[in-house]
Amino acid sequence: MTEPAPQPPRDEIILAVEGLSKRFGGVTAVDDVSFNVKQGELLGVIGPNGSGKTTLVNLITGFLQPSTGRVSLKGQDITGGPPYRTAELGLARTFQMVKPFYQLPAFKNVVVALFSPRVKRLAGGAYGDRDAVAKDLLEEVGFERDSWVINKQASVLPHGYLKRLELARCLALRPEVLVLDELFSGLSLAEVASLVPVIEKLMVQGMTIIMVEHRLKELFRIADRVLVLNFGQKIAEGVPAEVMAQPKVRGAYLGSESED
Amino acid sequence: MAAQDTSKQVTRRRERLDRGIKVRSEDIYALNSWREALYLLAPRALPVVALVLLQLLAPEYWQRVLISTTVFALLAISWDLAASSGMVCLGQALFFGVGAYLAGIMNHYLGLPPGLTLPLATLGGGVICTVLLLPVLRLRGIYFAMFTLILPLMIERIIEATKVFGGTEGLSGLTPFAHPLWESFLTMAALWVALFGLRRIMASDYGLVLKGINDNDRAVMSAALNIYRYKAQALFLAAATGAFAGAFMTHSYRFVGMPVFALDYSILPIASAAVGGLGTLAGPALGAFILVPLSEMLRGLGGLRIVIYAVLLVVFTVGLPEGVFHYLRRKYTQFERWTEVGK
Ligand SMILES: Nc1ncnc2c1ncn2[C@@H]1O[C@H](COP(=O)(O)OP(=O)(O)O)[C@@H](O)[C@H]1O
Ligand SMILES: [Mg+2]
Repeated sequence: MTEPAPQPPRDEIILAVEGLSKRFGGVTAVDDVSFNVKQGELLGVIGPNGSGKTTLVNLITGFLQPSTGRVSLKGQDITGGPPYRTAELGLARTFQMVKPFYQLPAFKNVVVALFSPRVKRLAGGAYGDRDAVAKDLLEEVGFERDSWVINKQASVLPHGYLKRLELARCLALRPEVLVLDELFSGLSLAEVASLVPVIEKLMVQGMTIIMVEHRLKELFRIADRVLVLNFGQKIAEGVPAEVMAQPKVRGAYLGSESED
Repeated sequence: MAAQDTSKQVTRRRERLDRGIKVRSEDIYALNSWREALYLLAPRALPVVALVLLQLLAPEYWQRVLISTTVFALLAISWDLAASSGMVCLGQALFFGVGAYLAGIMNHYLGLPPGLTLPLATLGGGVICTVLLLPVLRLRGIYFAMFTLILPLMIERIIEATKVFGGTEGLSGLTPFAHPLWESFLTMAALWVALFGLRRIMASDYGLVLKGINDNDRAVMSAALNIYRYKAQALFLAAATGAFAGAFMTHSYRFVGMPVFALDYSILPIASAAVGGLGTLAGPALGAFILVPLSEMLRGLGGLRIVIYAVLLVVFTVGLPEGVFHYLRRKYTQFERWTEVGK
C-alpha cells in the first residue's frame, strides 16, 4: 500500500504549466506563469506573502478556473479541473489552511480518501482493510501508532498533527505528483525537522513534489529547483543557490517579510 | 467538553468517562455475556416495543396521532440525512408532496392499489426530487436551502393555476388501507427500516464520505471523490424517505391536495431535529415523538397553543442545546465525576 503508483522514467516532463494567469477583479494574482516539472524532482515555489503561490496551487489542482493558460499532467489537459478529476489522475494537494474533517477521528479522515475510486483502481479492485491502511499511512507521516491521537477527533488535534493529516490524506491516493502548500507553516523547528525525512523518503521513492514553502532554509536543503513568484509573476527559476543570488529575488524578499 | 469553574485557585473540572459496560460491549465478546448484549440491545429494542404497545393499547384518537407522529419522524430522518451530507434543506414538503401526489395520481388515474403505489411513489419521488434539485446541487448552504424552500410553494401555485390533478380540489376517494392495524404497522415498519438502515449506511465508509462533504467539501474533492455524485445519492435516499411518508398519508387520508406542499411539512422536521439533536437520525426522530404529541396535547388551548408551543421549544433548545438524544446517550454511555486540576 505504501509504495507509490508505477512511475514513468525519470526526467520526463510530468506536469506542464503554460501561460497561466488568474485575475480577481482588478488584481492579477497569477500573471502568465509557465514552467515544467520533471518526473521525480522536487520543485520549490517561493515568494513573498500575497505573491500568488496558493492561487497557483489552486489553478494547477483544478480548484480555480484560470483566466488564461493551460495545465497538463502527463500530456493530458487538466486545465480548470474539476478537482476530483485532477486528483483522480494522480495530482494530490495539501491545503495551506488545513481542511480536516473535524467531526471524524484522525484515522477516519484518511479512510475517506482511501474510499476513492482511484485507490480501488490502483489496488486492482480489492479495497482491503481501510482502517488498517489508514493507520499505516498516519504512522508514515509521524503519528505514533496505537497512541490516543490516531483515534481522537480531528477537532481536538494540535496544529502539527493536522498538517501531517493533510499529507497522509494525499498519500492515501498514491499520487504521482504531490503539491504541498506551505506544509511547514505554523510548525516548530522540531516538527519541521521530523517532517523533512518523511519528504525525503518520498523523493527516494520517486515521487514528484511541488513544494510551496516559506521556510527557505529547510526547503533549499531538499529542493532540486526553485521558482520565485512576485506579484503573480515568475521572476526567477533555477538551482536554489543561484536563484537566491539574483538581485531581483533579494529585492522581492527584502523588507517584505522575515523568513520564518 | 468540560465545564470550568474558576472561582477558586484550584480548578474543578467535570470529567466524563465511558462506563465500563460500554467499553466491554464494544468488544466482540459482548455476545458472550447477556448483560453486555442487553446493554447494546435495550436502547434499540425498547422504543420498538414501546411503540408497538402504544399502537395496540392507545385509544383510537391517539393511535391516529401516533401514525402522524411516525410520518413526521420519517420526515425528520429525511431532513437529518440530507443535512448530515452537507445539504441543509428547508423544503421537506417537496419530498412529502411529490410522494403524496405520485401515489394519488397512480391510484386515481391508473387504479393501482396501495401495494404498488407506495413502492413506486417512494422510488419515483426519490428520482423526481433528485432530478429537480440536481441543478442546484452545486450551491452551498443558504442558497441550496432557499431553493428547496421555494420549490414546493412553486409547485403548489402551478397546480392551482393549471388545475392539473384536481387543481384546488385535489384528488379524493382514494383507496384506503385494508385495515387500520395494517396502517399502524406499516408506518412503524417504515420508521425502523429507515432509521436502522440509514444509520447503518452513515456508519459505513460510504457514510464517512457523506459526513466529510458536510464537514469540508473541498477536502473531499481533493481526495478524488466526485462530491456531486455522492450528494445526489444522499439526496435520493432522503427524498425517497420523505416521498414514502407522503404516499402513505395519501392513502391514510384517502385524499391528496395542495396542502401536502404546506410549510408545516418543512418546518416541523427542522424543529424536531433541533429538539432531538442533529446528525444521528435517531435524534430528529425522537424530536418528532416529543413535538407532535405535545402539539396535540396543547390543541385544547386555542390561541395560546402556539405561544406555549414556542416557549417549550425554546426551553428544550436552550436547556439541552445538544439535543435530547445526545443527552440521553451521554448519560447512558458515560458517567461524570468532578476532578481537581492543578492550576
Ligand atoms: N478568491 C480570491 N478573491 C480575490 N482575491 C484573491 C482571492 N484569492 C487570492 N486573492 C488575491 O490574490 C493574491 C495572491 O494570493 P495568494 O495566492 O493567497 O498568495 P500567497 O499564497 O502567495 O500568499 C492576493 O493579493 C490575494 O488577496
Ligand atoms: Mg498561500
